[in-house]
Amino acid sequence: MASIAISLDKCTGCSLCVKACPFGAIHMANKKAVIDMAKCTLCGACVTACKFMAIELKKDSAPKKDLSGYKDVWVFCEQKKGVIQSISFELLGEGRKLADKLGVKLCAVILGSGIESKAAELSERGADKIYLVDHPALKSYQDDPYTEVIVNLAEEYKPEIILCGATTIGRSLISRVAIRINAGLTADCTGLDIDPTERLLLQTRPAFGGNIMATIITPNHRPQMATVRHKVMQEAAVDKSRKAELIIKRYPEEVFKSRTKLLEIVEEISETVNLSEADIIVAGGRGLGGKEGFEMIGKLAKVLGGAVGATRGAVDADWIPYSHQVGQTGKTVCPKLYIACGVSGQIQHLIGMQSSKVIVAINKDPEAPIFKVATYGIVGDIFDIVPALTKEFTRSLKK
Amino acid sequence: MAIIPQQHMNIIVCIKQVPNTTDVRIDPATNTLIRDGVESVINPFDTYAIEEAARLKERCGGKVTAITMGPPQAENALKEAISLGCDEGILVSDRKFAGSDTWATSYTLAAAIRKIADFDVILCGKQASDGDTAQVGPGISAHLNIPQVTYVKKIVEISAGAAKVERMTEEGYDIVETPLPCLFTVVKEINTPRLPSFKGMMRAKYAKLLKWTADDIEADPAALGLDGSPTRVVKIFTPEARKGGEILSGATDDVSKELVELLKDLVI
Repeated sequence: MASIAISLDKCTGCSLCVKACPFGAIHMANKKAVIDMAKCTLCGACVTACKFMAIELKKDSAPKKDLSGYKDVWVFCEQKKGVIQSISFELLGEGRKLADKLGVKLCAVILGSGIESKAAELSERGADKIYLVDHPALKSYQDDPYTEVIVNLAEEYKPEIILCGATTIGRSLISRVAIRINAGLTADCTGLDIDPTERLLLQTRPAFGGNIMATIITPNHRPQMATVRHKVMQEAAVDKSRKAELIIKRYPEEVFKSRTKLLEIVEEISETVNLSEADIIVAGGRGLGGKEGFEMIGKLAKVLGGAVGATRGAVDADWIPYSHQVGQTGKTVCPKLYIACGVSGQIQHLIGMQSSKVIVAINKDPEAPIFKVATYGIVGDIFDIVPALTKEFTRSLKK
Repeated sequence: MAIIPQQHMNIIVCIKQVPNTTDVRIDPATNTLIRDGVESVINPFDTYAIEEAARLKERCGGKVTAITMGPPQAENALKEAISLGCDEGILVSDRKFAGSDTWATSYTLAAAIRKIADFDVILCGKQASDGDTAQVGPGISAHLNIPQVTYVKKIVEISAGAAKVERMTEEGYDIVETPLPCLFTVVKEINTPRLPSFKGMMRAKYAKLLKWTADDIEADPAALGLDGSPTRVVKIFTPEARKGGEILSGATDDVSKELVELLKDLVI
């Protein structure tokens, strides 16, 4: 069993470890560090911080498995209604870099019905090899058949890395796959790299709503699996001259069985684009004062070709549906441009949008916390400024 | 919700105790999280799972069992769950669980649920607010080999052996039919949680919680805690805090023009 212990001889009571612990699990008692095991997660941050080698973390001594049979970087390419989702191209862009560092092939995996013609798109985006499974049961995402197919593919071809979008589908699917094939899975990564000596995937992700970052590895299990946040990685460029090897896999009918049955797909977001895919988001908060305020926000979003976001306050007041909510209990977004109108900037909202590339804040209160994260701030009345901006953008975009 | 009345539903709600994010502050001197005096709360998403369980029970009859894996103080989360309508609480707690990643956590919870044996519905919040992985719910259903529906925003119908639910997607929602037992992870839109009632608080105060260790749930020791976790945290650091930028001032038309000019490369 793994354990952590402080050597009282070596501990000088400097309390560096107390500061280093992200979980608040260490305190000083009689000038020595004491670890509260109820809070400790054995992350090892204190071990690195201690200058006196006074903390010993014993990890499992399981013999190192032979992992050499696993190779290639796989990208699960999500399709909806036969359209490959943009997250897949972002993953192919990132997967290319990882595959090159490892000196292996980049493989795209796509499941669907009547999708053979889609293979060309994936080779243009840099895939060396494409695993394609075509069956009516795979037309739209369903947990059981998708899990079963990916498990079968991974067991047969043994990839060393599988990347998947941190989307509704991706997170539901790959979490199940990870359990089935006994693999390590890291959620919602914003940074990926390779440790070349150990061939390890270095997975960096935010936790505590982005207040801390953690780098995670999977030392002794393969494949190493990660879901990746939308809009963080660069899309792979299109190269029409590329030709990938296409492997069309067929499986017996039982692989495609589903216990759940998808009865209907309802699309609600017609007037705006999908929040997590949007490059530009115009968001409104309590400062909008009512439903009408969102009409004004919608106009600006439309001019910019962006989506409409909202704070929890505005959603709870029924001014706009929950599907627009950004923040801790809503969506985490990372667009190129986030324009926050009448948003005060409570921590729960900031958690969901602070990794946006450029943030613009418009608020009448100069002390509003949103200004602390804003690239550009305007202190003033949103009812003057937002329409003026809409007009100005309309004018400049017509040019 | 269309319900066939007079049946007995055994409902399990999986919850997690997390630090209250509103309390999380960064120490500007050391750039680390200040955890002193940070209150622990039930993961916000789990409160919707608890409420949905209470509603299912009110309409169908049955029993709601709240379960959590965590340190001894996670007891408080279970008591709160009871005050909000759960009948029983099970604390799965053992030093052997320390360092569990989502694989080992879902293994442990699945083992505990197997010991409960009799269940129709398992409800989880869609993710926890500290880890944000959304992996434990699907992990539990995979370990138990039962169907799952994630991101559920409405239970449309539920009867003895089947349910029809709405699963939230990026574009809208899917309507999905599933046999029971099934695991659902729920989103905020599913309901508005009630406040604890006086009766509920009294019940919570006197409730006897079950406490299960690794031995009690007959878990394979090799699959627990850090040893049973395929992933390892190798580094934890604080991201560079985002700094406030430029404040534009002037007449409305002037600032609008200025901003449009500044953003012209982003807006094409």
